[in-house]
Amino acid sequence: MHLSPNLGVWIAALLTLGIFSFLYKDNPVYKFCEHLFVGVSAGYWVVLTYYSSIKPNLIDPLFGVPFAMDRHLLLVIPLVLSLFLFSRFFPRGDWLSRWSIAMILGVYPALRITGFAQGDLVQQVAGSILPLWIPGDPATSFNNALLVVGLLATLVFFFFSTEHKGAVGGVARLGVFFLMVSFGASYGYTVMARVSLLIGRVMFLLDTWLGVVRF
Amino acid sequence: MSPGLESLKRLDRRWIFLAVGLLVVVPLAVGIHIAPVTPSPRARGFYDAIEKVPRGSTVLLAGDYDPSTVAENYPMHLAAARHLMSRDIKIIGLALYPGGPPLTDQVLRLAAAEYGKKEGIDYVNLGYKAGNELVMSQMGSSIPRTFPVDRRGVPIDQIPIMKGIQNYANFPLLVSISAGYPGTKEWVQQVVSRYHLPMVAGVTAVSAPEYYPYLQTGQLRGLLGGMAGGAEYEVLVKHPALATRGMDAQSLAHIFIAFMILLGNLAFLGEDRSRRR
Repeated sequence: MHLSPNLGVWIAALLTLGIFSFLYKDNPVYKFCEHLFVGVSAGYWVVLTYYSSIKPNLIDPLFGVPFAMDRHLLLVIPLVLSLFLFSRFFPRGDWLSRWSIAMILGVYPALRITGFAQGDLVQQVAGSILPLWIPGDPATSFNNALLVVGLLATLVFFFFSTEHKGAVGGVARLGVFFLMVSFGASYGYTVMARVSLLIGRVMFLLDTWLGVVRF
Repeated sequence: MSPGLESLKRLDRRWIFLAVGLLVVVPLAVGIHIAPVTPSPRARGFYDAIEKVPRGSTVLLAGDYDPSTVAENYPMHLAAARHLMSRDIKIIGLALYPGGPPLTDQVLRLAAAEYGKKEGIDYVNLGYKAGNELVMSQMGSSIPRTFPVDRRGVPIDQIPIMKGIQNYANFPLLVSISAGYPGTKEWVQQVVSRYHLPMVAGVTAVSAPEYYPYLQTGQLRGLLGGMAGGAEYEVLVKHPALATRGMDAQSLAHIFIAFMILLGNLAFLGEDRSRRR
C-alpha cells in the first residue's frame, strides 16, 4: 500500500467518498461536495471561456497589436451584441438584449436544422431504402427486411391521425415490440455506463489514492 | 405471494448498492479473469479506419468529454492516440467540452512519451472553444481563424504541425471521442455530411444506441461504445489497459443487475397473481 502524498489526490478521494455517502442517505457532507462541485465548475467554465474564446478571438484582435482595421470593424459587431446581453440587468434598457438574442435564435437553429436535414433526415431515409432480397446472402436479406418492417411498424405507431384499430392497430402493436427492443438495448447500455463510472472511481481510489493495485 | 418474494419487495435498496460495490471493488482489487474480450465488427471498423490512414498524415482528434465520463472515454481516447502515434500519424487535438483540454493534454503527452513524439511537431492540443456547432462550422472555413492560439497560448502560425492546415480538406479522418452534446452527433451533422470527412467515434455507453444508425449508413466507419468498446479496441491495438482491466468488474455487476431485474419481475408477477386471487 502506497498512500498518495499528493494533496490534490487526497482532496479528490475525500470528495469522491463524500459523494458516495449519499448512497447511505442524504447528509451535510454530500451537500457540501455537491455545492463545491457546482461552484468550482461554474468558475472554471467562466475563466476557461474567457482565456480560450473571448480573449484570443475578440479582445486580442480588437485591442491588441498589430492593429488591423478590417478585423477591428468586423469584431465590433459581436462585441456590441455581447454587451447588449448585459442590458437585461437594467430594466430601462433591457430591450437591447433582444437584438443579441434574435441573432442567436436566428443563426443557431438555422445551423442545427441544416445539419440535421443533411446528416440525419436525408442520409437516414436513404439508408433505409434497402434491397429486401439479395441472392446468395439470406442473412443480409433477413436483416434488411427486419429493418424495413421495424421502421414502418414504428412509424405507424407514431401516426395518430388514424385510430389504432384493426390492421393499423396490429402494425402499431408490432411497432411497440420494436420500440421495446430498442428501450431494452438502451437500458442495457445505460447500466453499463453507470457501472463504468463506478469502476473509474474505484480504480482511482485503489490505484492513485491508496496505491493498493496498479492498473 | 410467498414470504420470500414478500421480503424481496421490502429489501432496503442499500443492500443492492453494497452488493454492486463489492462486485466492482473485489475483482479490481484481486484481479480475477472471467472471459476474454472479443472485438466486435464496430470496434474493428474503428481500428481499420485508422489503419487505412497513410503514415505521416494529420488526423483531427476531438476529445469532447470531461472528468464525469473519464472511466468510459479516457481509455478509448488514450488507445486511439497510441494507435495513431504508433503509425506516425500526426494529431491535432481539440475539445468542445470545457473540461476536455486537460484530459487531451494528458492523453497526448502520455502517448507521445511512449512513442517519442514532440509537441508542436507531431501533435498539438488546440484546447477548448465555446460555440458548439458554430465552432465546427467555422473550422470548415478556417481552422487558424477559429483557433488563433493553441492551449498553451502559442500562435497557430508558429506551430510546425499547423503549417498548411486550413480546414477539413487537410484531414483524411476525424476521430471523435464523445460524451454527449456537443459531440459525435454534431460532428456527423456539421462535418461528415457537409465536408464528407470520414469519421470514427468512441462514445459513452449511454449514448451508443443513438449512433448505430450512423454506422449502418456509413456516416461512421467504426464505433466504440462505452468501456466494452474501449476494451475491444485495446485488444485490437494489442495494448490492454484501463478498459480491459475494468471489464471483469463490469461483467459481474451486469450479471448481478440482470439477476435483480429478474427477481424484481418475479416479485411483481407473484404480487399480481395473489391480487387476482
